[in-house]
Amino acid sequence: MSADLSDLYQNVILDHNRRPRNRGRIPTANRSAHGDNPSCGDQCDVFLRLDGDRIAEISFDGSGCAISQASASLMTTQLKGKTAAEAEKLYKEFHEIVTTGKEPEEISDLGAFAGVHAFPARIKCATLSWHAALNALRGDVAPATTESHTD
Amino acid sequence: MPPTWARIREQFPILDQQVNGHPLVYLDNAATTQKPNSVIAALDRFYARDNSNVHRGLHALSMRATDDYEGARARVRAFVNAEASEEIVFTRGTTESINLVAASWGSANLKKGDVILLTEMEHHSNIVPWQLIAKKTGATLRYVPVTGDDGLLDLSGLDRLLTPEVKVFAFTHVSNTLGTINPAAELCARARSVGAITVVDAAQSIGHMAVDVKAMGCDFLAFSGHKMASVTGIGVLYGRRSLLDSMPPYQGGGGMISVVDFYESRWKPSPERFEAGTPNFGDAVALGASCDFLDSLGREEIRLHDGALAKEAHDKLAEIPGIRIIGPKGERGGLVSFAFSGVHAHDVVTFADEDGIALRGGHHCNQPLMKRLGLTSTVRASFYVYNESREVDALVASMRRTIKFFGA
Repeated sequence: MSADLSDLYQNVILDHNRRPRNRGRIPTANRSAHGDNPSCGDQCDVFLRLDGDRIAEISFDGSGCAISQASASLMTTQLKGKTAAEAEKLYKEFHEIVTTGKEPEEISDLGAFAGVHAFPARIKCATLSWHAALNALRGDVAPATTESHTD
Repeated sequence: MPPTWARIREQFPILDQQVNGHPLVYLDNAATTQKPNSVIAALDRFYARDNSNVHRGLHALSMRATDDYEGARARVRAFVNAEASEEIVFTRGTTESINLVAASWGSANLKKGDVILLTEMEHHSNIVPWQLIAKKTGATLRYVPVTGDDGLLDLSGLDRLLTPEVKVFAFTHVSNTLGTINPAAELCARARSVGAITVVDAAQSIGHMAVDVKAMGCDFLAFSGHKMASVTGIGVLYGRRSLLDSMPPYQGGGGMISVVDFYESRWKPSPERFEAGTPNFGDAVALGASCDFLDSLGREEIRLHDGALAKEAHDKLAEIPGIRIIGPKGERGGLVSFAFSGVHAHDVVTFADEDGIALRGGHHCNQPLMKRLGLTSTVRASFYVYNESREVDALVASMRRTIKFFGA
């Protein structure tokens, strides 16, 4: 396997794809948002229970490639307990990682997604669940779509 | 074997390259086919020698370009066995051809209470234009169901669906996802018996088998050049002349009018009525050249060649544990679609690319069909005249490696 491909399908990603964390609707969710990637048909729903400004619980459901499923799964583990502002900041870091391939300064599983930058068509796969999560946090009821933003 | 078949790969310069360190195995032909030297040369020759705007010019180049353009129309007429060149309208492709019929014929003929009959295996391009005109006219949509993974049209209830309210039956000749070859002549005859017109999407059949509009008995036939060894940006709408001449224009502009006044105009007959503005004559010439190329191979030979590769791929892939192949088990067009439980099509396609193999993964612009089959995406391998048995083996080996990696 080429270096690019093994960078893309890192063990962290394969593991989250095989055993997704926080999958399925939280019964107590008080926020949710839906995301679509019309070019490939991937779909993602994100469910949140906000306690004040803090994400007390988070889950996802949906279908898509290993990159999109692993990204959604890992995201739920990273966002739990964060405030909306912290979540926005983390997404900026994640976006930087998947578009430039730069490893994060602090050690983080998000670094597993650095290999995505070598496959531009897959960046949207990695960011779909994040857009849905941010929309849910912002209380934006319109579905997130990968066609309405630049990544 | 005719000489064109013996050295066929040499006629497609693009095939002679390495992708990711492997010889290119191009199996994405249902999306677009590659172009032979003769088609590339025809395009080159037109722009190097004859290029000029058509129809209105009185100088030598314009007359030559007009002859080239109308010659291409006559060539296409013969290729589909239409009655007259006036029945061949050049468009941008299958999508525009279907939109033209839906918008023009539909606006003049559909009203509340009428029914547009489609099938569950239609490409988005044979669904959305009908949804648009249904909304405008008050007509409703009705679908002929698909049997399931076998991917055949369930015709057992067709009599119940084909009621007198059905004014148009639009269906695909060959499914781009299932590979199903529909009994087009039978469907056209059944539609005619209730007075419905027929629109056949021939995008996936035109380059792979003989398509004869008289034998088929269709009223309209739509196809694209780029899926039949020609270039992008050119396609055809065949229409029965009496129907075309009764239809309002699709777009207005130069070239399609007989008289223009400040407040109203009169239209030319078909095909000019439907070709407003400067037409795409350069690409039409390339389409004529691809008709010559395909006829030199023999269209029955092409059908047998592509069908045999698809069957070989079907049979070899079927041995992989956990694979789900959709589409007919018997005769099929030159493609095979499949899914693996636990491995998404886009991951499979990314791994195949690593082996130099070009596949397509996704919903193939067939989202309603995917929903019907309980799938979100499939991997599709589609074959053409230059593909070989060894490429089927490369595909199968790559699929086995991928499945092993993901541990599915």
